[in-house]
Amino acid sequence: MKHLLGYLKDYKKEAILAPLFKMLEASFELFVPLVVAAVIDNGIPSGDRGYTVRMFLLMVLLAVVGLISAITAQFYAAKAAVGVSKSMRNGLFKHIQSLSFSEIDEVGTSTLITRMTNDINQVQSGVNLFLRLFLRSPFIVFGAMIMAFTVDVKGALVFVVTIPLLSVVVFGIMLISMPVFKKVQQRVDKLLGITKGNLEGVRVIRAFRKEQDEINDFNEENELLRNFQLKAGKISALMNPITYIIINGAIIFLMYVGAIRVDGGVLKQGQVLALVNYMSQILVELVKLANLIITVTKAIACANRIEGVFEMQPSIDKCANSSAPTSISKAPVIEFKNVSFMYKDGAEEAVSNIDFSINEGETVGIIGGTGSGKSTIINLIPRFYDATGGQVLIDGIDVKDLNVNDLRNKVGTVMQSNLLFKGTVEENLKFSNPNATKEQMEMALEISCSKEFVDKKEGRLQYMIMQGGKNLSGGQKQRLTIARALVREPRILILDDSSSALDYATDAKLRMGLKKMKNTGALVVVSQRTSSIQHADKIIVMDDGQIAGMGTHNELLETCELYKEIHRTQTR
Amino acid sequence: MNKKTIFRVINYISKYWYLLLVYVLVAVVSVVLTLHLPKLIGDGLDCIIGVDNVDFAKLKSIIIEMIIVIGITAIAQWIMTLCNNKIAYNIVRDMRKEAFEKLNILPLSYIDRHPHGEVVSKIINDVDQFSEGILMGMSQLFTGVITIVLTVCILFTLDIRITLAVLVITPASLLVANFISKRTFNMFKLQSEIRGEQTSYINEMMTGAKVVQAFGYEERAIDKFEEINERLTDASLRAIFFSSIVNPSTRFINAIVYAATLLIGALIAISGGSITVGQISRALSYANQYTKPFNEITSVIAELQNALACGERIFALIDEQPQSPDNQNAVNISEFDGTVELNNVNFSYVPDKKLIENFNLSVEKGQRIAIVGPTGCGKTTLINLLMRFYDVNSGDIKLNDVSIYDMTRDNLREAYGMVLQETWLKNGTIKENISMGRPDASMDEIIEAAKSARAHGFIKRLPNGYDTVIGEGGGSLSQGQKQLLCIARVMLLSPSMLILDEATSSIDTRTEIKVQEAFLKLMEGRTSFIVAHRLSTIKSADIILVMKNGNVIEQGNHNELMKMGGFYSELYNSQTI
Repeated sequence: MKHLLGYLKDYKKEAILAPLFKMLEASFELFVPLVVAAVIDNGIPSGDRGYTVRMFLLMVLLAVVGLISAITAQFYAAKAAVGVSKSMRNGLFKHIQSLSFSEIDEVGTSTLITRMTNDINQVQSGVNLFLRLFLRSPFIVFGAMIMAFTVDVKGALVFVVTIPLLSVVVFGIMLISMPVFKKVQQRVDKLLGITKGNLEGVRVIRAFRKEQDEINDFNEENELLRNFQLKAGKISALMNPITYIIINGAIIFLMYVGAIRVDGGVLKQGQVLALVNYMSQILVELVKLANLIITVTKAIACANRIEGVFEMQPSIDKCANSSAPTSISKAPVIEFKNVSFMYKDGAEEAVSNIDFSINEGETVGIIGGTGSGKSTIINLIPRFYDATGGQVLIDGIDVKDLNVNDLRNKVGTVMQSNLLFKGTVEENLKFSNPNATKEQMEMALEISCSKEFVDKKEGRLQYMIMQGGKNLSGGQKQRLTIARALVREPRILILDDSSSALDYATDAKLRMGLKKMKNTGALVVVSQRTSSIQHADKIIVMDDGQIAGMGTHNELLETCELYKEIHRTQTR
Repeated sequence: MNKKTIFRVINYISKYWYLLLVYVLVAVVSVVLTLHLPKLIGDGLDCIIGVDNVDFAKLKSIIIEMIIVIGITAIAQWIMTLCNNKIAYNIVRDMRKEAFEKLNILPLSYIDRHPHGEVVSKIINDVDQFSEGILMGMSQLFTGVITIVLTVCILFTLDIRITLAVLVITPASLLVANFISKRTFNMFKLQSEIRGEQTSYINEMMTGAKVVQAFGYEERAIDKFEEINERLTDASLRAIFFSSIVNPSTRFINAIVYAATLLIGALIAISGGSITVGQISRALSYANQYTKPFNEITSVIAELQNALACGERIFALIDEQPQSPDNQNAVNISEFDGTVELNNVNFSYVPDKKLIENFNLSVEKGQRIAIVGPTGCGKTTLINLLMRFYDVNSGDIKLNDVSIYDMTRDNLREAYGMVLQETWLKNGTIKENISMGRPDASMDEIIEAAKSARAHGFIKRLPNGYDTVIGEGGGSLSQGQKQLLCIARVMLLSPSMLILDEATSSIDTRTEIKVQEAFLKLMEGRTSFIVAHRLSTIKSADIILVMKNGNVIEQGNHNELMKMGGFYSELYNSQTI
């Protein structure tokens, strides 16, 4: 809520004017029954046509003024709502960009997307509706009551009883049915799960001839859902009849009381009509108010969820250390000194006691099973995460003393997920380096073995890649992501299991090509395949977060049991 | 709007004709009585004329009548909602049932071709929207039309001049609403286009958040996002503001109708016409009632259109051509001998892109067939054909010398045990998952199978052992553990033939070794088709099928293929040098 209110402050004028104009409109509406009463009690008995016409014109005037104020109110409400959601969206997007990997892991991508889209949209409609109705509806409800008092105090007492009674019914039914509807939603989710599972497991289900079982499961859940829906429907079905009875019961009462008071000469006929009219106005507004409360509650829940993202503080400050210390010559390009790392909610360290160094011009391979800590190690180099113990040094400087952007500029990382963006090949290549020259791009394509398929695409560098690289094969995507990193001509190049989708021949060609790269101080290759790393100057074997062996391929075959085993299973 | 769709909609509803009948009856009662009430209120007011001029006796009888009318109306409204709910939810259930059952007899090509999210959304969201929209729309339309007709009739009996005024002015609200919504339609379209663009950009930047950071793209991303956001804000403001004018405008027209009714009524009364205050009150109230359906009509039509669009999407799924039915005179084979023969098989997913051409293969009992080739070369195509997930375009596949097209699908699939790389587990206990192929298996047999699959060890260590419930898709288990469970599942089945897709990178080294052992044990004495990633499997296979771009380009055992010096030898050498 804090941020929502903050953003609303920028639209103070709109946020105040919208409800005010809405109230203005409502007050004009409240005058209408009085005018009607005046015509009946004064105009008709006295036979004054001029008066009647004047009253008619007054009503038209009230309608016109009401229309103008309503439109003004809608305009300001829309402006405030759209404006707030715009600032919020910009702010949230910017904030997410500042988060580091740990926070992104913690929230999860799909949550972030929902916050950015659905939640903000909900907030927008919440703000819009709120500004329009939060004053109007209570104003009409209580306004009608107050107007009734001005007509007749005794008659108005009926309002004092009716309004709380109606509120109890309307809000009571809502309160009771809300949890039931929540349960309905849970059942819908369950049904959705079965359907999704049926699609995902289609081959297994059919192979095991389980179609009928699946259908039975689905039907059972489907039936259950229907029963819940009927149950929920039964409760909310009471809303209309009960409110109808209360309002009309109150009208009967008003008529009866009115009759006695007219008989006694306290009231006039038209005034009884006015009381009846005010009563009718109340019901409509109460229902609107109930809906407003539902929408606003939802919007507040969304706003709070968004707030949760805003409250996350980036654990790595990207702006710190703008003046970087100069690198120490002759220091290893990368050095890990007794490094350990634990993920935020991890039970134990993902890697511990990591010690190694990579010298100028060296290629290093890292091998090990999933969860052995390979990716963790390389994520510490560009400071995607901060080591929780020990030191990571680049050219002799602790990465924590470097400006994050400067540091990352030196590193080209090709991640496991070969993610490309919507845009031309050129735009994708320039993603890592907006100033890349044509030569640099061509060179990168050549080395990454992308040239052979890019050449075949229409428009070559101008070939449009669809979102997620859908119009490329897995291997093509992987090669282009490698090219993207190469365009940067990074001092340190990291390939995180980046050749898994490549066939062996292309993989070999890629390895040859990488040797031709200029300016590369260090090449780190993470792989599951011994064949991809066996020519490295140094191989680090990871097992369960620890270094299980380090050396060249031949050395490791002698000394490291695990390496031997991996190699054996892959070549036996 | 498509006539056929409407006809089908009626078809679904007609199943609940008795509910519909009740609904219509009750709706008519409720509308008539709702309209009768203002008359009673008017009559009542006419009893209250002035000091010592109140007809209490008449008022009393009117009040009693009012109480009865109100009571019946309330009950009618209640029954109306209940009927409406019941029809709506029953239709939802029926359609979902039909769609889901259809899903299970659709050819796999349909499921492979359509994004799962899209199909799920059809069965869950579209069905909901369809039924809700149709029923809400129809009931509003129905009661709306009755209300309009009845009020006009009643107004005529009150006074012709008032009626004419109401009839002339009210449609103006329809015109205004129509005028505005036509103009806002394009604004909303623009808004949803930009919103779509923005969502897709958000999607891209969030899923790629790590790449964005790795290459310092943040600033550029923010700039682009703000640019889109600016456009969205512009479009949204227009769409929201202009559409929100509709409501005040129609209310304005209603106010005018109301005022005109009062003016005419009062003037008639003044000029000595036969109209009472009660009748004026009634006319006012009817004028109000009459305008209401007009205000709703635009949104009702939009709702109905949306509902029909949803309906068409579901019908498209329900009408989809199901897989060809099993052969009526199918042979039932109880014992498979493990021989497989493929004769002149031709197959392609899309007609103009040929894939497998004239493929022949003869497999003897107990042979091991490895399928190798680069990723995406179509290794799964062969599995699709063997299991009859897809049908061949021409040629034949035989088991036991019987064409698989002369067996039932169930019979054919019984012959195989299948372990796929994407391990799929049911939402249920470990036990249920292992015994999926043989629900009658005893606990001992299940444990035995788990032991052979090297899965017993980790299952024992789970909190509830074999009764541990695993969530959708396997939830808390590691990829390797899931794979072991899938192997145990097949172990228990003890099929005559196997189809295995070796897991690759997603398993850690130690489990990988276990999985490998389990695979070996499983294959003993069985005809096996293996999508192979490991050299060890490939080298010892009886037949190696080398695939590239969907075609089988080389075929033979390891030594033969190495001698040939083709693609296989190149592949093999690049892996080992």
